[in-house]
Amino acid sequence: MKQLLQLSAVTKSFGAVRALKGVSFDLQAGEIHALLGENGAGKSTLIKIITGAHQPDGGTIEIAGARVEKLSPAAAHKLGIACIYQQPALFPDLTVAENIGLRLENADSFSRVNWKERRLRATQLLRRIGAEISPDAEIRSLSMPEQQLVEIACAIGAGARIVIMDEPTASLTQEETQLLFAVVRDLRAGGVGVIYISHRLEEIFQLADRVTVLRDGESVGTRMVGARLSQPKGAEKCLDLEPSDRSVPFEAAAAGDSRAPALTESELIKLMVGREISQVFPPAENEPGKAVLSLKNLGCASGGVKSISLDVRAGEILGLAGLVGAGRTELARTLFGITPADAGEMFLRGDRITIHSPQDAVAHGIAYVPEDRRRHGVILEMPIAQNMTMAIHRQLFPGSWLRFGSENRCARDFIRQLDVRAYGPEAPGHSLSGGNQQKVSLARWLATKPKVLILDEPTQGVDVGAKSEIHKIIRRLAKDGLAVLMISSDLPEILGMSDRIAVMRGGTIAAMLPGRSDAHEVMAAALGQRGNAG
Amino acid sequence: MKKHFREISVAAALGILLLALAIFAPSFYQPQPLLSLATREAPTFVVACGMALVIICRQIDISVGSQFAVCSVCAGLLAAMHWPLALVLVASILIGAAFGAFNGTLVAGLGLPSIVVTLATMVTWREGLAWLRQGVWVDLPNGVQWFGLPQMTGQWLLVLVALAILISLALALKHFSAGRFLYAVGSDAEAARLAGIRPRLMTFGVFVFMGALTGLAAMMNTIQSPQVDPNSGTGLELKTIAAVVVGGVAISGGRGTLWGVFAGLLLLACISPALTHLHVEAFWEKVIQGAIILLAVVADGLRNRKLNR
Repeated sequence: MKQLLQLSAVTKSFGAVRALKGVSFDLQAGEIHALLGENGAGKSTLIKIITGAHQPDGGTIEIAGARVEKLSPAAAHKLGIACIYQQPALFPDLTVAENIGLRLENADSFSRVNWKERRLRATQLLRRIGAEISPDAEIRSLSMPEQQLVEIACAIGAGARIVIMDEPTASLTQEETQLLFAVVRDLRAGGVGVIYISHRLEEIFQLADRVTVLRDGESVGTRMVGARLSQPKGAEKCLDLEPSDRSVPFEAAAAGDSRAPALTESELIKLMVGREISQVFPPAENEPGKAVLSLKNLGCASGGVKSISLDVRAGEILGLAGLVGAGRTELARTLFGITPADAGEMFLRGDRITIHSPQDAVAHGIAYVPEDRRRHGVILEMPIAQNMTMAIHRQLFPGSWLRFGSENRCARDFIRQLDVRAYGPEAPGHSLSGGNQQKVSLARWLATKPKVLILDEPTQGVDVGAKSEIHKIIRRLAKDGLAVLMISSDLPEILGMSDRIAVMRGGTIAAMLPGRSDAHEVMAAALGQRGNAG
Repeated sequence: MKKHFREISVAAALGILLLALAIFAPSFYQPQPLLSLATREAPTFVVACGMALVIICRQIDISVGSQFAVCSVCAGLLAAMHWPLALVLVASILIGAAFGAFNGTLVAGLGLPSIVVTLATMVTWREGLAWLRQGVWVDLPNGVQWFGLPQMTGQWLLVLVALAILISLALALKHFSAGRFLYAVGSDAEAARLAGIRPRLMTFGVFVFMGALTGLAAMMNTIQSPQVDPNSGTGLELKTIAAVVVGGVAISGGRGTLWGVFAGLLLLACISPALTHLHVEAFWEKVIQGAIILLAVVADGLRNRKLNR
């Protein structure tokens, strides 16, 4: 058994955010090592450190037993590390052979292209992984799994010993997934080490030899996975459960063979969410009233949202949980008319409504504070006051003639109400901190006096102090009778703030849970755990 | 002060140039040549105002020169058919607006990049005109030049029209919702859309308006001479884009004022007569103009780098 990769106590911070707090991770030749964790647990950062895209602040990296000091993307490539992303990074207008050639041939711009050799190599590589793809096909004509196979062919052609796959099955069908798995197992049989990232627990049980769980930038445990379909190597037969929280080398784990029970889905989920809710959230002080917004089998094919049925009641915060890609933002965009619904019905206080555009949504009293506010929540060039009044020009400025006096008064009101820290209404958006930008974005929509407020990741990238202020504001708004739909990937926030929790998975509601539910239940529903074992 | 730094620096450059002329070449300050200069530049300035709106909206229209030529020829032909001049003016504006609507439909409706769309229409209108008219000049009947007014009055009229457009548009941009929304769309169309603004409608509107202003400018140009040159407006797009950029409108949209564009155009327009009066060889004109444009672009680039940090 050869050790391909060993990370020890790797740390990485982005500004004040500590993305990795001393993670250790190892990969052996001929194993599939799954990496699991919530959104923001540090998976992507870890991957970027392995591929050389980020430099770690501390800790050591050993590749094939040799310590590597500075790992750049080029060096990682030379050392045989390849990463296959969810969205293949290929040139869509070039053929398969050209794409493979660009990756593998020497980057000497003036050498002549040997087309024959290029085509031959592509054919051979594709045959090696059993892919039936013509080397002359344009990438854009290939399906997603075929494109991934081309990526794998590139990785093999480059002689990769370490292949990282980041949610490769996110957009694949069942059959395509099985096809991909067969190729991944072939890679393993050929002695390649595969780091496999997925949110789908069943895949991890089908495919992986070991699994490491990350949580809040720490590795909380490495476990052997029981169910291996083929077990060519003796050492892997044991069903081991490591006692320690450190990830230990493979041999050591195998040696400590202690007939522990097989790893269960439930145990994995516990590892992922096992955290105390340390923050204090403002308590709900009121009983929710009547349903304000009701959805009946609402769907939007282009947004990937299917048959959503739910009620949001006055004075209630309905938390919308789920993993990235579960369709939460897509649902919000459908409700706000950005990608209008094409199936089902929407009712506002019992009246049927149709929303074709954001203007319709605003007219019906639906407000949407988008995620990624640095890009879409505030217009950075514009002063706070102009940002805050952006959605209420009709009400505030009859005849569309701007009244700077009333604009400033309105802005000052909100600045006081939401405690926005800025030198005045004329401060431009880019001069504010993330939390204050979020408050400006919130003010813009509160100014429209909405009945339904949709918040998309309201505290993402906001510092702790501002976060708790925003939580208090949201609770106060609910108390004042607003129906709040809050999307969040921050599990404690969902659990602490919501009166009810809708968990989305695969574009639809997977579970409707009461507020103050157990983190375990929410995560289980988001991951699509069958039954409720454990 | 800080907010309008670019406008103020352009105005300062213009001031320095005018001051230098006052000291070293006082012959520059003669009323009649200056009025002629202003009259010549008045149509260009009207087009530059439209161009500024288009660029604030994060689009560009390089077909203005061709639109200008077609409108000029049409206006000339209609005038030659003895239409009342007021009607000719309206027709010219409507024809320009129609061209603008065509661009706007392709850009806002189909989401095509404006530089390609207007490149295509620029070539098409210009070549179409050449093919239809075979390069023939249009002779205007008496009473069309200067609207039949004395030349001096006509010249003043054109200058005042340009100034009126500057003032009314600058005020509208600052004081109407539509103006505010234009900046919002140019800064970040997606953010504007999420705020309930209709970026596509705004984009379409701005192209139509650009066309209408071009039609007006064509009329303002037509009445300056006894004949209509079918090649008029060649290079107009470059002149106006240069004035807009020098005037501090960000080519990436969302920032800039018409006052800056006004100063920018005056600065570029004064270079040529200034060189004559300072006895510098004329071929330096383009070099200096190019250097000014470059300076403006570099200044904007540095500002953006500072912003993004």
